[in-house]
Amino acid sequence: MPVTVKIPAPLRSLTQGQAEVALENAPTVKAAVEELSRRYPGLRERLLDDKGALRRYVNIFRNDEDIRHGKMLDTSLSAEDKLTIVPAIAGGRGG
Amino acid sequence: MTRTAVILGMGGLGCPAALLLCEEARAARLPLRLVLVDDDRVEASNLSRQILYRARDVGGLKVEVAAERLARFGPLVEIDARPVRFGPSTSAHLLRGADVMLDGTDSFETRFAVNDACCAAGVALVHGAVLGWTGQILTVLPRRGPCLRCLFEGPPPPGALPACSEAGVASPLCGVIGSVMAAEAMRVLGAGPVRAAGRLLVWEGATGRRREIPLRPDPACAACGAPAGAERHP
Repeated sequence: MPVTVKIPAPLRSLTQGQAEVALENAPTVKAAVEELSRRYPGLRERLLDDKGALRRYVNIFRNDEDIRHGKMLDTSLSAEDKLTIVPAIAGGRGG
Repeated sequence: MTRTAVILGMGGLGCPAALLLCEEARAARLPLRLVLVDDDRVEASNLSRQILYRARDVGGLKVEVAAERLARFGPLVEIDARPVRFGPSTSAHLLRGADVMLDGTDSFETRFAVNDACCAAGVALVHGAVLGWTGQILTVLPRRGPCLRCLFEGPPPPGALPACSEAGVASPLCGVIGSVMAAEAMRVLGAGPVRAAGRLLVWEGATGRRREIPLRPDPACAACGAPAGAERHP
């Protein structure tokens, strides 16, 4: 069974509108991000900084676990795991 | 005893939140001091979702127009209009005596500054945000659970992520998120157990889906640090 990645609405313009993406070969979160970036150019820059670290205003959860509290991008993945990408959002006042 | 709620940003979230807070306070017979904070003026483009304003209000200060519309809830609800922004020169004054803050601002920098100030002052914070058809709610109970900075280390640099002025906000979702912010603030004030403490509530307005993402306090968090009594990570 593949790993499923939930794409947040603010990033779906980069995934051709896909809300969920299934990845077959992703043993770690880092591998999942690299595979997503290969399929969807531009996504890597939104998730990782120049040094390849997770950006400070984006978070990723493996199932319900915040990867920042574990091994970060080296967090291992198993079949049927679900990754949820959560970006910070600000809005509601102006416009 | 009169309780004090402070709403930062009288826009798409602040308007429904203020209206619902007044309605709920009246229904609960809760004496409430409601502080409205915003230095913006009403623009024609605001009217589709900033429900306290009418076309004839364009050009007026939002907090003054809102105070006029909400005056009918007096004397149980006292409206305090502050035509200022939350910042280093105003934060201490705005936090003084506050029981809960509701953040509906559209600046990442302000959101993190509000989070840090509320954590330092021990004031509960209801964080609400909308971008496009996505909404988020997080209630921060200082020293009792995770804060915004436990979830995200800090704000993005300017331009790195779209703000509502670029990506837009869905008007119906503003009503939903603003209303939930008010309900959550009432719970903080004693109306019942809070729902969005220790979890991020995410609304997908386009599909009607709602998700809850459980959060844990970060012992290394720069804002709240290891909260006493909170669950620790291994």
